[in-house]
Amino acid sequence: MPEPVQLSVEAPFQGYQLQVVQEVLLALLAREASYGYQLRAQLQLALGPLAEALNAGHVYVTLGRLEKAGLVRSERVGQADRPDRKVYELTAAGRQRVADWLEDTSWPKPAPAEFHLKLVAAAAAGLADPVRIVDAQRHALLAGLAAAQRAALAETAGSVAGLLLEGVVLRLQADLRWLEACASYWASTKGR
Amino acid sequence: MHATRTPTQTGPVLRACGLRMDYGSGTGLVRAVDGVDLEVARGETVAVMGPSGCGKSTLLHLLGALERPSTGELWLAGRRIDQWSEKALARLRRSAIGFVFQAFHLLDELTAAENVELPALLAGRSPRSARLRASELLEQVGLADRATFLPSALSGGQRQRVAIARALSNDPEVVLADEPTGNLDSAATLEVLRLLDSLHSSGQTLVIVTHDERVAATADRLITMRDGSFVEETRLTHGTSARLVDLAGFEG
Repeated sequence: MPEPVQLSVEAPFQGYQLQVVQEVLLALLAREASYGYQLRAQLQLALGPLAEALNAGHVYVTLGRLEKAGLVRSERVGQADRPDRKVYELTAAGRQRVADWLEDTSWPKPAPAEFHLKLVAAAAAGLADPVRIVDAQRHALLAGLAAAQRAALAETAGSVAGLLLEGVVLRLQADLRWLEACASYWASTKGR
Repeated sequence: MHATRTPTQTGPVLRACGLRMDYGSGTGLVRAVDGVDLEVARGETVAVMGPSGCGKSTLLHLLGALERPSTGELWLAGRRIDQWSEKALARLRRSAIGFVFQAFHLLDELTAAENVELPALLAGRSPRSARLRASELLEQVGLADRATFLPSALSGGQRQRVAIARALSNDPEVVLADEPTGNLDSAATLEVLRLLDSLHSSGQTLVIVTHDERVAATADRLITMRDGSFVEETRLTHGTSARLVDLAGFEG
């Protein structure tokens, strides 16, 4: 899968999705009933500067889907001076879904095999210097690391969103260390 | 914080031309640094990365005039210094260069404040002005409340922050850091990165030799070194927010 060469600075920062939002909303409702605005605020706190990427309506749309699927039910509650709000609570099926999710140990896959084979193939075909390919990849990851680092430094010490950014940083760091090993290996095969 | 510094010249703060460092001789000759050219502009942060033994620490020692190069020129703030006498270099190191090391190198018997005062006293400032400067610097690195602590009572991140404060004592032209986060865990690394980043913003010139990609990512320029030479130089762009959400696992 070719990596997008360079995302332009104007690339839209909004309209992203997170696959787990359904489960997250269910889990947030496990202790007590809540409403869209509050759930959204909880997500925003956890995501910090990345929260902007989520569509404003994403939480509401997802709650609607969960209700259709029978995982939550809602009730309209009147408020003084304001329109009614929908208060959501978990159904038994929803509770089961949360329990399953918390036990699930699947993990988003990193894909070293793809990049590894790209280097092997480039060397075998003599089309490109694997070390150059590694260097280009390194620059792309370093730019990502710089962005994550900047965002992490902007968080106050002890912020929960800072922990998310640290996850991004540490993963990139691991990838960069592997790229260093790739560079050493392919540099040492030159002239053999 | 550097309001008192008047730039004496507009060229690079630090300039190395054809810097080379040999150890041993004959068949035992090791060329630790092999023809390095480098210019560091005022206010710039440059990171040098590379595998162990690539010569990056030796390079930093040469740049800091801790060792004399076998051949090549070294210029600091417009003056060529590689031929200077040992005595003149010692004076220059105390006044114009700040050093930060992996192992902190604080004096264990002295308090944080006394450690930070030391370079100013050695440079001939009055005890009173050295003390004032030290308390200013400890404030700047967020350790004003630890001034009277001995290093042994401080965490690793705090010790390195004291060491950085000490390095700034005489308003150096350049701060040279050798693996400043090498002994620190992830949280302490972030403490030190925060500080380095604020120094960078305040206009301090920095050269950092590091293994740590996080440190390198805060630089303006990243140089990769292998076998004593620069093999690559990158001006770091700071990726986009869109790239960041992608890396965090969002789907577009």
